Amino acid sequence: MEVDYSGDVMTLNMGPQHPSTHGVLRLELKTDGEIVADAIPHIGYLHRCFEKHAENVDYPAVVPYTDRMDYCAAMNMELGYVLTVEKLMGIQVNNRVRCIRIIMAELDRIASHLIAAGTYGNDIGSFTPFLWCFRDRETILDLFEETCGARLLYNYNWIGGLMYDLKPGFEKRLIEFIDYFEPQVDKLNTLLSDNYIFIKRTAAVGILSPETAISYGVTGPNLRGSGVKFDVRKDEPYLGYQDIDFEIPVGKGEYGPLGSCWDRYMVRIREVKESCKIIRQAVAQLTPGDVHESIPKRVKPPAGDIYMRTECPRGELGYYIVSDGSLKPYRLKVKSPCFTVMSAFREVSRGTMISDVVAILGSFDIVLGEIDR
Amino acid sequence: MLNYFKNLGLGSVTVLKSMGVAWRHLFTRSVTLQYPTEKWTMPERSRARLFNKIEDCIGCGQCVRACPTNCITIKTEKRGKDEPEIFASDGTAIKLRTLTYDIDMALCCYCGLCTFSCPTHCLTMTGEYEYSVYDKDEHIYHFAKDKLATSKAPKEKVDIA
Amino acid sequence: MESIARLLQFIPRYDALPGIVRALLPVLVSCVVIFAALAIAVLFAVWLERKVSAHIQDRLGPMYVGGWHGWAQTLADALKLLLKEDIVPASADRLLYKMAPFIVFLGAFAAFVVVPFGASSFVSDLNIGVLYIVAVGSLSVIGIIMAGWASNNKYSLYGGMRAAAQIISYEIPSTIAIMTVIIPVGSLSMVDIVNAQKGGIQHWFLFRNPFIFLAFIVYFIASLAEVNRTPFDIPEAESELVAGYHTEYSGMRFAFFFLAEYANMFLVASVATTLFLGGWTQIIPASIAPQLVPGPILFFLKVLVIIFLQMWLRWSLPRLRVDQLMYLSWKVLLPISLVLVLSVGWLAVYW
Repeated sequence: MEVDYSGDVMTLNMGPQHPSTHGVLRLELKTDGEIVADAIPHIGYLHRCFEKHAENVDYPAVVPYTDRMDYCAAMNMELGYVLTVEKLMGIQVNNRVRCIRIIMAELDRIASHLIAAGTYGNDIGSFTPFLWCFRDRETILDLFEETCGARLLYNYNWIGGLMYDLKPGFEKRLIEFIDYFEPQVDKLNTLLSDNYIFIKRTAAVGILSPETAISYGVTGPNLRGSGVKFDVRKDEPYLGYQDIDFEIPVGKGEYGPLGSCWDRYMVRIREVKESCKIIRQAVAQLTPGDVHESIPKRVKPPAGDIYMRTECPRGELGYYIVSDGSLKPYRLKVKSPCFTVMSAFREVSRGTMISDVVAILGSFDIVLGEIDR
Repeated sequence: MLNYFKNLGLGSVTVLKSMGVAWRHLFTRSVTLQYPTEKWTMPERSRARLFNKIEDCIGCGQCVRACPTNCITIKTEKRGKDEPEIFASDGTAIKLRTLTYDIDMALCCYCGLCTFSCPTHCLTMTGEYEYSVYDKDEHIYHFAKDKLATSKAPKEKVDIA
Repeated sequence: MESIARLLQFIPRYDALPGIVRALLPVLVSCVVIFAALAIAVLFAVWLERKVSAHIQDRLGPMYVGGWHGWAQTLADALKLLLKEDIVPASADRLLYKMAPFIVFLGAFAAFVVVPFGASSFVSDLNIGVLYIVAVGSLSVIGIIMAGWASNNKYSLYGGMRAAAQIISYEIPSTIAIMTVIIPVGSLSMVDIVNAQKGGIQHWFLFRNPFIFLAFIVYFIASLAEVNRTPFDIPEAESELVAGYHTEYSGMRFAFFFLAEYANMFLVASVATTLFLGGWTQIIPASIAPQLVPGPILFFLKVLVIIFLQMWLRWSLPRLRVDQLMYLSWKVLLPISLVLVLSVGWLAVYW
């Protein structure tokens, strides 16, 4: 894309090490005073050859690698992979596994959105919500730790089942947490979301129109913030989401044009409340059973290829697996939602100020592990 | 013109509300755990340091095959027919003598796949998380009998406190 | 300073010293006293900030250094900074780079000359005290621009430019808000202003009439911008510019910037206390009891209240963008302060 630069343009490098580029992202800003003429993202600093690794280990051993892509919402990453392989092999899991998977995925969605909200507040200058969000996230991580032993990288969703069953009393502790947590979201809204300064910083900034979003392939809260009602859980339901009653929050342009940073941020906060609803229903649908029931002794899918998409907290996560009938995948490709959103970043941030670039980047909620894999 | 005063009012009101929420938090209980004087009790299923009860190890190599990062190395040799028969604690006959059983904790990704594949459950993950060393080579745990004393490997399974 | 001059008479053979030494020695000694008091106050303020921020964020803050709730934490940090390597970037402008922290500190330090801590505890009673404070307080802008430019770093340059624009824009509403207090008093001398508020809380300018109350709010907000505190900490916006104009500074130079920021905080709090909250005079009305608590202690307590307010604001609000900051200064605070000054003037004439 050729851009006509006018005036004295200074190149400012928001380099790989920077307090608010959520990871190692290099943004080359061409600035004219405070206005950004162009913002070119350079990625690849966190590339760890995930897709190549996946070709060299067995199918079950790929799951720890999928954790490490989006480390803030590892359960959803594992879920996508596991569902893809199960679809290829034609494995059906029982109701208990299905409900626990939904619970874990939604809990991790809450945890991931808490990180998004907290770090976004940090970028905008309000340091307190970060600590409050992390305090609530600690309880979620404690729930995960007592179930599978790890706090961040779980290796919990296995092909055909789960690593461990829930501990007795888990449902009670979970519902206690959800009851405690829902008022905390309102408190966060009073502190941050409804704060006039925050609204002024974010509500007229980073406008991503619905047409632009669709043409770039943006999905998830970023797309819903622009008013497009699209969610893989409703449009191509998996794991029995069609039987669960929940809403899809979309941005309504309450404080400015539709598709602003505030809309995207608010979609995440409202999604947290919807996830609480989903968790309650999933807990009600839990039935006793054996979570190791359908785990095959050796995972040897038939030759062929398959693509499956799920809704991770950052958008539509897709796995494309080509299998040649052996114990290791022949080719594994991941469609990362943050990668597509970064392609839209350049257009959205043109003509804004440096402070706005930070606000826009925070509202897209990227995790470099997922972009670079 | 009216918008100007409306925004002014809205600004002041929301700022005061945010300050009110922060004020109330001045008096809530802190959630800080004063480590290292206070320590968190690790849950039962914690996945931290690996421990291998070498007396029960039958040298099958399932853990090596399951590990995604190739951090376990095993060298075995067949026990002679004239040697006395030994058994693991769950009754499995031990046919191979384990000469080397090394786990490189620096490579380990703490997934736990090796512990699930062990047929005698001699390889377990404990809740110990304070085992940092100054030399990376000390992270290679030699569990085999004659090398155990010289390595930093855990000699016995520590009870989760 | 008179009391210091009287104390100095006790030095043996004081009268034998040349006249110029006898004239300058009290000045030097009072400078040292003020610097020491300021350093200790800053030490305390940094600890208080960490504790206040920690409790707002549901954590504990310093607990370890020095025993009780980590009161010596700042001391430990200052010692650590002293031991750090003194880096001057290779292509930086050496003279400007080295001078910048001192000029920024000078802007805050020199203004303490006229602040009355007690009935006779002040260095000098200038009859243009308020004007002097406003003038000297703007010296720090030069230091910040020097720091921003001399670091040879684009981030610092941004920080320096933003700070310059911000500070000079907010000086105007702050000065006009001060003028609302000058009108009832009729004198620019700080000592006269405090003496006009003697007698208890009902005589404080804050409660004399609603316009001066609003002027206090305007002055408070403008002074927050003068000292680069959130919500106006755009020059040192940690998440955007790494550290703004003091990115390249390390060790003692950085400590000086830090000291300067907190000294500035103390300065604006002292000015607010003197002008609006009655300085060192008593809180309880004089008809009930005379002043029992010594002036300096009461002064320090009032300053602490203002500083706590500043810290509370910092940890609950996000920061404003540069153009919104400018909008606030020129289109909100300036018209409001002009209206307030006119109203106070009208009240003074017709009441």
